[in-house]
Amino acid sequence: MVTVLPERDREAEARAAALERQLAEVQREIAVHRPRAEKDGAEADVLRALEARAAELREALMQMPIAWNAVALARHPQRPKAQEFLAALIDDFTELHGDRLFRDDPAIAAGVGWCEGRPVVAIAPYKGKDTRENIAHNFGMPYPEGYRKALRVMKLAEKFGYPVLSIVDTPAAFPGDAAEERGQAEAIARNIQEMTRLRTPILVVITGEGGSGGALAIAVGDVVLMLENAIYTVIPPEGCAAILWRDATRAREAAAALRLTAADLAALEIVDEIVPEPRGGAHMDPDRAFATVRDALRRHLTALDAIPIDDLVRRRYDKYRRMGYYEERP
Amino acid sequence: MLNWLRRPKYGSIERRDTPAGLWTKCPKCGALITTKELERNLKVCPKCGFHHRLTAEERLAVTLDENSFEETDAHLISGDPLRFEGYPEKLAEAHEKSGNPDAAIVGFGTIEGYRTAIGALDFPFMGGSMGSVVGEKITRIAERAVEAHLPLVVFSASGGARMQEGALSLMQLAKTSAAIARLHDARLPYLSVMCDPTTGGVTASFAFLGDVILAEPGALIGFAGRRVIEQTIRRKLPDNFQAAEFCLEHGLIDMVVPRPELRATLARLLRFFGAPRVAATPPIATAGPAEATSTAVTATAGSEDV
Repeated sequence: MVTVLPERDREAEARAAALERQLAEVQREIAVHRPRAEKDGAEADVLRALEARAAELREALMQMPIAWNAVALARHPQRPKAQEFLAALIDDFTELHGDRLFRDDPAIAAGVGWCEGRPVVAIAPYKGKDTRENIAHNFGMPYPEGYRKALRVMKLAEKFGYPVLSIVDTPAAFPGDAAEERGQAEAIARNIQEMTRLRTPILVVITGEGGSGGALAIAVGDVVLMLENAIYTVIPPEGCAAILWRDATRAREAAAALRLTAADLAALEIVDEIVPEPRGGAHMDPDRAFATVRDALRRHLTALDAIPIDDLVRRRYDKYRRMGYYEERP
Repeated sequence: MLNWLRRPKYGSIERRDTPAGLWTKCPKCGALITTKELERNLKVCPKCGFHHRLTAEERLAVTLDENSFEETDAHLISGDPLRFEGYPEKLAEAHEKSGNPDAAIVGFGTIEGYRTAIGALDFPFMGGSMGSVVGEKITRIAERAVEAHLPLVVFSASGGARMQEGALSLMQLAKTSAAIARLHDARLPYLSVMCDPTTGGVTASFAFLGDVILAEPGALIGFAGRRVIEQTIRRKLPDNFQAAEFCLEHGLIDMVVPRPELRATLARLLRFFGAPRVAATPPIATAGPAEATSTAVTATAGSEDV
């Protein structure tokens, strides 16, 4: 069982909040000065100074050890999407479609391919790069049929003894009426249960957002890797703030309270390894981010090869069996 | 997991709110019923059939044979692994209000003489939310059921995962689902009963993994909260959305069973799936000849090593 996490760095949180306020102030000034500078060039140097100051503050803020930085990076529009990780990590990917029950869910992709020279079955929720794509992929929020498609290909992996590689970046299971009618809860529960006893290795990489049950439904594994700036949480910080303080704008505080960063999750023994990102986040140098993940996967694939399947499944059970924190008093 | 925060249209634990506790007003039809009569009627309104929520103790009391319950793992209590602001105070308050150490009670008992492992979530305790203790208790009772070769019956009533334990709460979905899988692998029956309300992480784990899934009339059952869905789809949802009857119609559960028939229904299913029969309401010490019974008692006694 895990130990209690150390106290949050509230001083850093307070300093970050102060920087945040200063930045907002500078941005207000920029908004005042920009039209004048653009009109006749007057005050151009004032504007330049303000913009330099804003960049400085932004940089300083990014350096702060606060949970919100991870939230911002995990959701960054330029952050490499799961499909880009998939393309970089899997050769000769053949996508397979549909759950054989209802339809093909475009929010989640599944298929077969080669990873580091081995046959693997891969799963990845798709987010779009722009609004049109995002709508097409439902913002990476799967319906039950998406989870059922994922389970179908996991069973395929089990049949042939191929490892499953699940790349996780989803804000949530889609909260819609049709999703409820078709058994969103059942689909998630089924996947979680089957993944705890699937007789083939499962590797999980959380690359962006690990949104609650909707993420866990494709994230139970022998090895769970998490990118340095990815997040994994039981509830979005906005939802948590709305419940705790009836104020969704206090999401930053909620993000800190929820302990959703890779470092926190490693300390809680929920993820097995943190994959470092290029400075400033994976989007600053996607190829390097892919290469780092690839190296980690190679290492773990080899290590998992050596474990007899009965041991592997037993170990997986024991790993999840230990998760939690409670006290026993007679 | 937002559901339980939205104050339901109807009250639940009315007893303490009514003058002197002698009368209870039905939140659905408005009828005034003496609390005694309501309790005699298993807290189902005799006028309109509205099912008042039951606490975990009440649930076990109306389900199990008298004096047959042996509680296990009663000594598990929540810690504060995240140092989440206000959580220890919330726990203390919930303990004060419900009298329970956390939101689940588990153990062994008999239903019309059929011996089974059993668990009930306690909605008054922080909305029946599942943190490490609830997850651990459900896991342990599933494991004990396997050891004792007994069926498992779980009554759910929960808003979902407990936010204050963060991702550790989320992992309870995996832990409990894995334990239920072992029950299935051991070919033991697992009956899941969804009571009002059963939502969020509890539905996305053990509640929806039953061999047979039962629900009480009118129980709210669903993964996402109504308000979140309405905001997402920008439409009002029909009143019966996510009601037990709605779930039955959509093929998500096996049956909706009124509370007065629940005990007999469970007994019938337990009998069908081969639960060991002991005398109808036996004192536990002299419980019948069934081998499984003595195994169960042994397993209970050796509870520390799970």
